[in-house]
Amino acid sequence: MNRRHFLGYTAALAAIPLASSPAAEKQAGIIDCNIHLGPHPNRDLPKIDSAFLTRHGIDQAWAGSFEALLHRDLAAVNQRLVAACKRDARMLPAGSIHPLLPAWKDDFKRCVEGHGMKILRLHPNHHGYTLADPRFMELLELAAAGKVLVQIVAQLEDQRTQHPLTQVTPVDLKPLPAVLKRVPDARVMVLNANAAMITTALHGSTNLWLDMAMIEGVGGVENLLKAWPAEKLCFGSHAPFFYWESSSLKLQESVLTPQQLSAVQRTNASALL
Amino acid sequence: MRIWDLHCHLSGVAGLTPEERLGNLLRYADRVGIERLCVYMGIKWAQDPTPDDLVKQNDDVLRAMDKFPDRVFGFVYLSAKHVERSLSELERCVTHGPMVGVKLWVAEKCNVPEIDPIIRRAAELKAVIFQHTWFKTNGNYAGESTPDDLVALAQRFPDVPIICGHTGGTWELGLRAIRDQKNLFADLAGSDPSYGITEMAVRELGVDRVIYGSDAGGRSFASQLAKVHGAQIIEADKQKIFCDNLRGLMLPILKAKGIKA
Repeated sequence: MNRRHFLGYTAALAAIPLASSPAAEKQAGIIDCNIHLGPHPNRDLPKIDSAFLTRHGIDQAWAGSFEALLHRDLAAVNQRLVAACKRDARMLPAGSIHPLLPAWKDDFKRCVEGHGMKILRLHPNHHGYTLADPRFMELLELAAAGKVLVQIVAQLEDQRTQHPLTQVTPVDLKPLPAVLKRVPDARVMVLNANAAMITTALHGSTNLWLDMAMIEGVGGVENLLKAWPAEKLCFGSHAPFFYWESSSLKLQESVLTPQQLSAVQRTNASALL
Repeated sequence: MRIWDLHCHLSGVAGLTPEERLGNLLRYADRVGIERLCVYMGIKWAQDPTPDDLVKQNDDVLRAMDKFPDRVFGFVYLSAKHVERSLSELERCVTHGPMVGVKLWVAEKCNVPEIDPIIRRAAELKAVIFQHTWFKTNGNYAGESTPDDLVALAQRFPDVPIICGHTGGTWELGLRAIRDQKNLFADLAGSDPSYGITEMAVRELGVDRVIYGSDAGGRSFASQLAKVHGAQIIEADKQKIFCDNLRGLMLPILKAKGIKA
């Protein structure tokens, strides 16, 4: 392809609306399963607000709280998250539970019964427990009984770039399939897993979903779907920590069928709630 | 928007041969509007390559380039641990071959004096010089340079432009480290698409010292393009980062070789 042909090609490409262009946004109706609100411990990040959701064509955003990483008064963190989400009906709060805190079941109750949350978000590495901990299984049993989706954040940031005072290793996901077999009614979504984690730890579980924010490599989503069912993959951006466009462009880079694209962008997540 | 990608490899992409891999890389590049790829290092990587490893890896790139000469720029992989062979590879691949740049990785830190003949000859050839750098919170490899190491090298060659690979990965540190060394350029490639990298690079270095790259195939083009597409900077600056700044660095050697791009 010479430059003239290439420029012709890219001009044609530019005429195709990207997922982030206004026309495509309205059509796409994305459900973003992986955003965080509130102040980050060591980065000044843009706010996710109504304008952000509209600009990116997001119909629904599942929002956790950065405050949950280090705060111990999680009831107040969850209260603030609910208040923030009330500003735009497209935002659904994913309350944080820390099963090593005293009275964590009360936090669970407040989230599910008090705030009516359908999603809970866990940060096992920041909170210092493993997925083999019996309290994690107990939490899953409660969530299964309450028909609540549990999101596990496998990692928030590459270990190599973390602030030296807040270093955590990625969550070891290997115990998860065995736990899920013991709690078959639980529904779990792992956020920010990478391809290696999926290959070594997650294949074979039926009640497990993933987001795609940290799926990397050329054609990464397309390659993942060669071995992972398309009905178990959901759009997640990890915004505002990541540029939102990263996940959007991954769907353009990978060769996906219209059915796969629709499933990942919207229908899989929609069916989960 | 015209996009040239500073930082691509033949690893992490399907294909049995170098040209198959490059063809696949280009297939995905086309889907996201990338016109040209800079490619370095072959199919079988070596962090501390022997002299023969260097030749083999450069052969892979030459073979791949031969199939797609109007889409790819090749950089010759060299090592400060093997200066003699590195200089002969420079002659083979750049002086007498089609390559236009130099890649230095992690075999030896870039502040060692042994590297100087390589930099000096590359500068004579007007080759674009790319040095990998990281500031890893959990520790660098023994021979892995930091942006501070690169500043030490750049101070010895103040008139030679050098690209700071990955901007040190931990970009808040890398950008601060290279800010005052005006002959250093920031490569945005190969770290997570964390919000703020491009905004800080433009603010601290000036837009003319910031260059888009992906580190594909280990990275997606998408996540790295997002650092520029998603940045809160003006469109004209995005064009500089996506292509114009790199093209400006390359034009002297492209003209010398009669390559139009």
